[in-house]
Amino acid sequence: MSQIPSDLKYTKTHEWVRTLSDGAIEVGITDHAQEALGDLVFVELPEAGRKVGAGEPYAVVESVKAASDIYSPVAGEVSAVNAALSKTPELINQDPYGAGWIARLKASDPALRTGLLSAQEYEQHLAAEDH
Amino acid sequence: MAFIPHTAADVTAMLSTIGVERLEELFEEIPRALRIETLPGVPAALNEMQISRLMSERARSDGQPLCFIGAGAYEHHIPAAVWAIATRGEFYSAYTPYQAEASQGTLQTIYEFQTMIASLTGMQVANASLYDGASAFAEACLMATRLNRKSKSLNILVPEAVHPHYRKVARTVIAHQGVRITPVPFDARSGRTAAAALEAHANEDITALAIQQPNFFGVLEDVDALSQWARSRSIPVIAIVNPVSLALLEPPGGWRGGADIVVGEGQPLGIPLASGGPYFGFMATRQEHVRQMPGRIVGRTLDLAGHPGFTLTLQAREQHIRRGRATSNICTNQGLMVTAATVYLALMGPQGLERVAAASHERAHRLIAALTRHAGVRRAFSAPFFHEAVILLEQPVAPVLEALAGEGIHGGLDLSRDYPQLGNALLTCATETKTDEDIERFARALGELI
Repeated sequence: MSQIPSDLKYTKTHEWVRTLSDGAIEVGITDHAQEALGDLVFVELPEAGRKVGAGEPYAVVESVKAASDIYSPVAGEVSAVNAALSKTPELINQDPYGAGWIARLKASDPALRTGLLSAQEYEQHLAAEDH
Repeated sequence: MAFIPHTAADVTAMLSTIGVERLEELFEEIPRALRIETLPGVPAALNEMQISRLMSERARSDGQPLCFIGAGAYEHHIPAAVWAIATRGEFYSAYTPYQAEASQGTLQTIYEFQTMIASLTGMQVANASLYDGASAFAEACLMATRLNRKSKSLNILVPEAVHPHYRKVARTVIAHQGVRITPVPFDARSGRTAAAALEAHANEDITALAIQQPNFFGVLEDVDALSQWARSRSIPVIAIVNPVSLALLEPPGGWRGGADIVVGEGQPLGIPLASGGPYFGFMATRQEHVRQMPGRIVGRTLDLAGHPGFTLTLQAREQHIRRGRATSNICTNQGLMVTAATVYLALMGPQGLERVAAASHERAHRLIAALTRHAGVRRAFSAPFFHEAVILLEQPVAPVLEALAGEGIHGGLDLSRDYPQLGNALLTCATETKTDEDIERFARALGELI
């Protein structure tokens, strides 16, 4: 069973969202997503300052068997990227909710009112996807 | 197994599955005016004996002309061993095999080819080839937009001295992806693209700069100055090169400003002119850009027992996995042509290729000296040239070429269609295949016509 921390929000496309103390949000992919992709060998990161819309692909993760787009959970502007992933993409496999974060965004709507799932809803979504 | 893969019953079954009655309905979105219903000059059906006879008659009508046309495809001597080896049953396929790793010999050949191209171009990695030089350039333009995401203009500077066919093919491929080509004029005296001409774009958002060496006129560009102009502005450089010339000239990896993508036409490396194809394109880049490079890449690895072996690598960026977001969806390669080129390069070695390049350079200079002996014939440009050059006549070029052809001499390419501003301009070429007698025959025939 994959981990789904209760203090985060989620998307149906398996991204997670954390609100940081300064109001910025941090995004990454879920434990379930990293497990499904397998060993990651490369991460294509966005540039800081790039504006993204909700649901827009902003990064690419590549495993030995597939390259997958990562969609932005919210609209906003990329304020920082996890540069450590360029050299050590496996951080996403090892610690998807911590050292494996992908980017920080200044969200257009910091209250995150639209379209995100709670941990419980994401868990139900995973269960439904399984069937 | 039936030789014809689809029986009438198969076709009917497939059509009914997708809810279409007639095969023709699938082509309905192509406007009628663009369709060719009958092929003029092509008879309905002939048996093997009839078609062989027709084809040999047509081939005979080509004659055995003395060819001085270059302009992107060049007649070089091809050692007999090249095609004797390339057409062996083990190699004789145009494709990388579907179960690629089962064909270690094919993969090793491609791996050696990639190593040779990387070494010739002075770059770190090369792919398994592309369709031809022009489409490789189009792919390079698209790749450059991925390398330079900071640039929002999708505006690529392409000198007018780049091969006109390459510019047309690139425009066809990239225009519908919103990428623009902005021409850069050449200096009318030297035939070179002047770095000063780039200055007009100094304050614009430029996505990439293309540099062809030697350029379409055969002229050697000041590649250090052009590449440096781009480097100092963090603009990626696309180099278009003749692989034979690289045996003598500084490879793009060594240009003062370097190059990010190197492409070119591989035909001069052991591929016959053959009425225009099949040829092959090559592409090389820096290691850091490898994930943005289209096409197949063969890598060397170790198997479970620790033995070295070859495998297709970095496939996750390719269309059979990434579909519409792949690095390319037209990454046809030319496996058989690449096999021939690999054998050619292995036979020639670095010294052999250098001798071919040096001999072609010397022959072309002898040719231009012989042609410009005639009053009224002069070189169009002053800059040094490799193995072809533009000469100017005092009368229209087309009738002169036609008369030469009547004497079994293909004198070159009439530039009046692509470069009307040059006047009566003829692009002509000589490689190591042309003897003193050949050159004298051409010069004499030209003298009698003008």
